[in-house]
Amino acid sequence: MTDTAKPRKEWPLWEIFVRSQNGLNHRHVGSLHATDAEMAINNARDVYTRRKEGVSLWVVESKHITASSPSAKGPLFDPADDKTYRHPTFYDIPDEAGHM
Amino acid sequence: MYAQMVESEGNRGDLTAQERAFQDRIDAGEKIEPKEWMPEGYRKTLIRQMGQHAHSEIVGQLPEGNWITRAPTLERKAILLAKVQDEAGHGLYLYSAAETLGVTRDELFEALHSGKMKYSSIFNYPTLTWADMGAVGWLVDGAAIMNQVPLQRTSYGPYSRAMIRICKEESFHQRQGYAIMMKMAAGTPEQKEMAQDALNRFWYPALMMFGPSDKDSVHSEQSMAWKIKMNTNDELRQKFVNETVPQAELLGLTVPDENLTYDEQTGDYSFSEPDWAEFFEVIKGNGPCNRERLQARRDAWSEGEWFRDGLTAYAEKSAKRRAAAALAAE
Amino acid sequence: MSSPSDMNTGDVVELAAKEAAQQDVPDHHVTDVALKPAFFDWLCRMGDTTLILGHRTSEWCGHGPALEEDIAQANIALDLIGHTQMWLGLAAEVEDEGRTADTLAYLRDAMKFRNLLLVELPKGDMAVTIMRQFLFDAWHHDYLGKLTGSSSPRVAEIAAKALKEVTYHLERSSDLVVRLGDGTDASRRRMQDALELLWPYTGEMFVSDEVDRAIAEAGIAPLVEDLHADWTETVTEILKEATLELPSGTAYAQKGGRTGRHTEHLGFVLAEMQFLQRAYPGASW
Repeated sequence: MTDTAKPRKEWPLWEIFVRSQNGLNHRHVGSLHATDAEMAINNARDVYTRRKEGVSLWVVESKHITASSPSAKGPLFDPADDKTYRHPTFYDIPDEAGHM
Repeated sequence: MYAQMVESEGNRGDLTAQERAFQDRIDAGEKIEPKEWMPEGYRKTLIRQMGQHAHSEIVGQLPEGNWITRAPTLERKAILLAKVQDEAGHGLYLYSAAETLGVTRDELFEALHSGKMKYSSIFNYPTLTWADMGAVGWLVDGAAIMNQVPLQRTSYGPYSRAMIRICKEESFHQRQGYAIMMKMAAGTPEQKEMAQDALNRFWYPALMMFGPSDKDSVHSEQSMAWKIKMNTNDELRQKFVNETVPQAELLGLTVPDENLTYDEQTGDYSFSEPDWAEFFEVIKGNGPCNRERLQARRDAWSEGEWFRDGLTAYAEKSAKRRAAAALAAE
Repeated sequence: MSSPSDMNTGDVVELAAKEAAQQDVPDHHVTDVALKPAFFDWLCRMGDTTLILGHRTSEWCGHGPALEEDIAQANIALDLIGHTQMWLGLAAEVEDEGRTADTLAYLRDAMKFRNLLLVELPKGDMAVTIMRQFLFDAWHHDYLGKLTGSSSPRVAEIAAKALKEVTYHLERSSDLVVRLGDGTDASRRRMQDALELLWPYTGEMFVSDEVDRAIAEAGIAPLVEDLHADWTETVTEILKEATLELPSGTAYAQKGGRTGRHTEHLGFVLAEMQFLQRAYPGASW
C-alpha cells in the first residue's frame, strides 16, 4: 500500500479537540483532513459535533504535535507513582474535619 | 461484520523476547498506542482490518443512499440521511485510526479503488424496495453490532476508541431499521410482502457477513491472541441468529430457513449454512452490484480531484500571502 | 390516503406535544381567513424551496469529493429538511384542511409547487452545488434575519430556529466559493461556469407579486425587492475575493417557480421523491 510511486497532494491530517461544556478541558476526539486551520475548524464542526457535542473546538495539524517517545514511558511517568502525596487519600484526616 | 477474512500476519511459533513482552501486555489487558513498539504483523494486520472496516462503511453508504431521494416521508428522509451520513463519519474515524499506523487515507482509498483491498460482501447486494432500508438496518447493522461491541475492547487504542464512538452513534441505526420493518410488517398486504421479500433476500447475505467458519483458521487464532478479533465467526453468527429469529417472529415474518430449530438445552437455534460458493464469488467481484459500487467510489474520487486540488492550492496561496504580509509588517 | 395521520411515522405522543407547544404561541395570522390563501402560498414558497434544495443536496450523500465534504453536505440537507417540516407544517395548519407537511410534500404535483427555480436545477458538479448554495444562502440568511421580526410570532419562531443554521451555511458556502474561485485554474473555471449557469435564476428571488404584497401588508415578511441591495453587496464582495467575474446584470431573469411554472427538472425530482406515496396510496411508513 505504501509502494505507490505517484505523487499525491493529500490534505494534511488535523487533530481535533472539543470542549463539551464550559468548565471542562478540551478533549481529543479524533482526526480529520483539511487544507488549513479554518477549514479544519469547519470540518470538525460538521464531523465531530453533529450531535451538539461541543461548545468550543481546537484544531492542531498532526505534524505539529510533539509526543514523548514511547521508550521513555518508564522514566517520564513512573516517578509519579511514588508521589502518592499528590493524591487526596494519602492524608488521613479525621471525619470531624468535614468534607475536603 | 465489516471485516471479513482478514489475513493475519502473525507468527504463532516461537516468540522473541520483545514479542513475548508485547503479548504479555495484551494478555494483561493493556492497550497498545501509536508509535509504541509492535510486531510488524500486528501493524499490517490491523491496517488491513481497519482499512477493510473503513471501506465497508463508505461503500455501505451506497445501498442505503440509493433510497434517500425516495424516502416516503420527511421524517424518514431525515433519519435515513442522518444514518448514511453517520456511516461516512464512521469511515472517517476508522481511516484516521488506521493512519496512526503509518498509512495515509489516500493510500487506503487507492487500494480500495484498485481492488487490492476489499469491503464487506454484504454491500454488493441491491436494495430493491423501501423494506430493504428496514432489513439493512435491522439485519446488516445488527450483524455489524455483534462484532463492533466486543471490538470496543480491542488491544489497539485508536481502534478501540473509534469503535466506542461508533457504537455510541450507531445505537439508533438498528432500531430505526427494525422500526421500518414493524411498519411494513403491520402495513398493507403489499408492504408485508415487501418486508418478507427483504428478509428473504438479506437473511443469508447477513449470515455471510461473519465470514466462513474459522475454527481451523490460523489467521483467526493469531488475531484473537492479539485481541484485534474478539470472537470467532461462528460464535458471532450463532449469537446473531439467536437474537434475530425471535425478532422476526415478533414481526410476524418467516426466516427463510426450513431447517431452523430451537434447542431448548443449549438455547441455540440450529440453522442452514449460507451458500459459501456464492460468498466466494461475491468476494471475487462477481456479486450483483460489485461493479456499480466500486465504480461509484472511483467516480466520486476522480470527479472530486479538482475540488480537493483547488482547496489545496488556495491554502498554499493564502499561507504565502500571510507570510508576505507578516514580512511586510516587520 | 385514508387519513392524513397515516403519514406520521414518528412518535405520536411526542408529535402531539410538539404541536401543542406550537399552538401555545398566539398568532392571529394563522386563523385569518382573508389572509389564508396568500399566507398558505407564501409558506409553501418557503417550505418547497427548502424541500427541493434539501433533496438536491442529499443526492451527494455517498458521492462527495472528500469524506469531510460528504458529511458537511448531508448536514446542510438535514437542516433544510428540518426547515421544510416547520414551514410546510405551518402551511398545513394555516390551510386547515387536514393536510400535513408530508401530504403537502408528497402529494402535490409540480404546478402546485412554489419553490424557486434556482433550487430545482440538477446538482451538477460540486461547483454548481456550492455556487448555488452560496447564491441562495446570501438571500436566505438576509430574509430569515428580517423574518425574525415578523408580525407573525409563528413565522418569527421558525425563522429564528432556521437562522442559526443558515448563518453557518452562508459562512461555509462563502468560504468555499472564495477558496475554489481562488484555487487552481480548473477550480476557478468550474466556479465561473457555475456562476454563469445559475445567474439567470437569481433574479426570481427579488420579484414580488400580489402574494408577497399581501404578506408584506400584514407585516409578516418584507418585500423581497428590499433584499436586493444587500444581497448584491454580499455577492459582489465574495465573488471579488474569489477572483470571479460578476455576470452582466442584464441577463434575462428566469422566473415562475414561485407561481408553479417550473423547469422540466422538477417533475423528475417529484417522480422520484413521491414514488412510494403515489404507488401505495394510504400506506403508512
